[in-house]
Amino acid sequence: MKYFGFIWKNAWRKKVRTTLTILSVLVAFLLYSLLNAIGYAFKSGSDLADAERLVVIDKISLINPLPVSYENKIAATPGVESVTHASWFGGYYQEPQNQMPQFPVEPLEYFEMYPELKMPPEQLEAWSNNRIGMAVGQELAAQFGWKIGDRIPLQATIWTRKDGGRTWEFDLEGIFSTDDPRGGTGYMLFHYDYFEEARAFGEGTVGWYILRIASGANPVEVANAVDAQFANSPNETETSTEQAFVESFSKQFGNIALIVTLILGAVFFTLLLVSGNTMAQSVRERISELAVLKTLGFSDRSLLGIVLSESVLIMLLGGLLGIGIGWLLVQGVSQALGAFLPGVFLSPQALLGAIALMVVAGVIAGIFPALKAMRLSIVDALARG
Amino acid sequence: MRTIRQILAVTWLNIRNVPQRLGASLVAVIGVAAVVLVFAAVLSMAKGFERTMISAGSEDTAIIMRSGATSEMNSGLSHEQTLIVANAPGVLKDGDTPVASAELYVVVDIKKKSTNEDANVPLRGIQQAAFDVRNNVEIIEGRMFETGRNEFVVGRAAQQEFVGLDVGSTVRFGQTEWKVVGTFSAGGSVSESELWTDVRVLQDAYRRGNSYQSIRVKLTDAAALEQLEQYLEDDPRIDPDVMSERTYYSTQAEGLSRFIRMIGYPLTILMAIGAVFGALNSMYSSVSARGKEIATLRALGFGPFSVMVSTVVESLLLAAAGGVIGGAVAYLVFNGFRVSTLNGASFSQVVFDFAVTGDLLLQGIVAALLIGVVGGLFPAIRAARLPVAQALREL
Repeated sequence: MKYFGFIWKNAWRKKVRTTLTILSVLVAFLLYSLLNAIGYAFKSGSDLADAERLVVIDKISLINPLPVSYENKIAATPGVESVTHASWFGGYYQEPQNQMPQFPVEPLEYFEMYPELKMPPEQLEAWSNNRIGMAVGQELAAQFGWKIGDRIPLQATIWTRKDGGRTWEFDLEGIFSTDDPRGGTGYMLFHYDYFEEARAFGEGTVGWYILRIASGANPVEVANAVDAQFANSPNETETSTEQAFVESFSKQFGNIALIVTLILGAVFFTLLLVSGNTMAQSVRERISELAVLKTLGFSDRSLLGIVLSESVLIMLLGGLLGIGIGWLLVQGVSQALGAFLPGVFLSPQALLGAIALMVVAGVIAGIFPALKAMRLSIVDALARG
Repeated sequence: MRTIRQILAVTWLNIRNVPQRLGASLVAVIGVAAVVLVFAAVLSMAKGFERTMISAGSEDTAIIMRSGATSEMNSGLSHEQTLIVANAPGVLKDGDTPVASAELYVVVDIKKKSTNEDANVPLRGIQQAAFDVRNNVEIIEGRMFETGRNEFVVGRAAQQEFVGLDVGSTVRFGQTEWKVVGTFSAGGSVSESELWTDVRVLQDAYRRGNSYQSIRVKLTDAAALEQLEQYLEDDPRIDPDVMSERTYYSTQAEGLSRFIRMIGYPLTILMAIGAVFGALNSMYSSVSARGKEIATLRALGFGPFSVMVSTVVESLLLAAAGGVIGGAVAYLVFNGFRVSTLNGASFSQVVFDFAVTGDLLLQGIVAALLIGVVGGLFPAIRAARLPVAQALREL
């Protein structure tokens, strides 16, 4: 530490070069933070899943509805504590581009099933008492500037009403949020009863069931027991943990996410290579000076330390700035991309990983010149200068 | 004339000396190559996806869905409504029969070979005329399905991408077993990602009664679209959305390709900025390494302008080399690379090939040259302003 002033001065000897190196490290880590945040969204919160929740869907495909009569049978299955259901509505607000998930649900049951959703009790009550009431996530309300009490018309893409219309009107009664910054709330919930009564076709079905297993019950056994009940019926089911269900979704995007990550990983390392090389070069140019330091009595080890610290210092300067800007951008991007890719998030692990990378990259860039400096023979080096 | 000769002489001197500054020059080249590589790779994904989607759509084929439906998946038409459409004016007739195919579009879970995980594979029920409605669809292996039987033909791309779809194999969806009887090609379009079966069989298997989701008709010519649309608008029995197949597929492609672009362009710009820093660094060190040389040239009577131009040209050449390398690697590695992903618009898998097209490569090279100019200009100004006497004294 006592050499910090010296290292700092040395680092800034060639101002232009150091500034440029810091800037390219900055860009590398800016990329790193953006990629991480986007990669996180592709995994789309599977680690947020509740291990005690299972999802029951039609075995052929999620798009096939299940009979509403399954609810009682599922509830009676040993190991099942509670069950509720949801469906896919698929409407948009004003313009077809404004699509967001909308689910007809049983309000009270749904909020019991998802205790991580927070909504003031009076709003929950008002919503459950208003047949055409709806509850929306904070993000969604913010996106369209909706307030409690607004009457909001949505255009249905699938569900025509019995009267032949496609416009469904709702009263906004509640706005919910989650404590966890990773959980997206860009969706809307409304009464299944209203949905069931007004839709022109598909009566008596729901999209999927969500069940909570009794504490201590084995999720695999419960899932098998549920599926066994409906085996060889026209609607066979497939029950999986919420995590597996969420993951199966993100895996549908396939190798795309992997490819993007690979390409950008390569770029990241190229940028580090560029800056590492510059650092190595700047140390090489100072060989004769390092020899002078040795002559003055600096030990081999402190020379090694000084050179390494300089390169780690430059990495940290650029890297921390990059991560900082990245963090700010992610806040913006998560809003802009909200509709396409919810859950863009820079995790604490990614931040720690970044700092570790900066140190490692600094050491790698500095180690060869530093070793060279350490092993320097004073006479040779001075002669060369 | 003299200036040009000077410029050529100094530039040539510079270029011959590049090997002496190999490290820094190489780093600049690699930096630029990475930018072009990533640019071409990421955007070739969008290009390939669009090409697959758009090539499926022709201008003289119309697709009719229920009004408000954003894709076939969420549309619905009754049997009666499909008959109204098929017999409407503007629809091409083969003898007395309209060239029209009323279709049902569902997805089934089939495992993807690459991930071994279930994916939403589109299963389309078609009528006999489907092959006439679409351009260049043909059976390339096995035979066509027989109507009324649980058989399907599989698109070439789907067969390669998903598990167990070889001709002759049997697949089980729920309670019913299906036989794969043939493979079809469709000019590399999105149809090749689908499985096709008899629409009546599919209606039964999915208990859809006698309902359909869309109907495609061949128009007498592209201009007949308007006539058809007008006719159907006026018919109280149907509330349709009429569009050309090309328009339909471009809207289906919009979301995903916009998403790829939204990621691709900002990333490229960011990386280009990083590469500019790399190029600047390398050119500054080139100028400082050649300090004495430049001073000597100036003392011999070479003008500051020729010194400056030569530095910019050196930077441009390095950047161009990087651009060509990056573009070539992108082309060799990614062009034709086959992937499949979930297209949110239709909630089903689309198989497509990355397309590193000529215009992408061109854009990449232009970006590389821009990096070269910016990266060379400031060091070039410094080179031109180098105080001659002082630099010579350092000898």
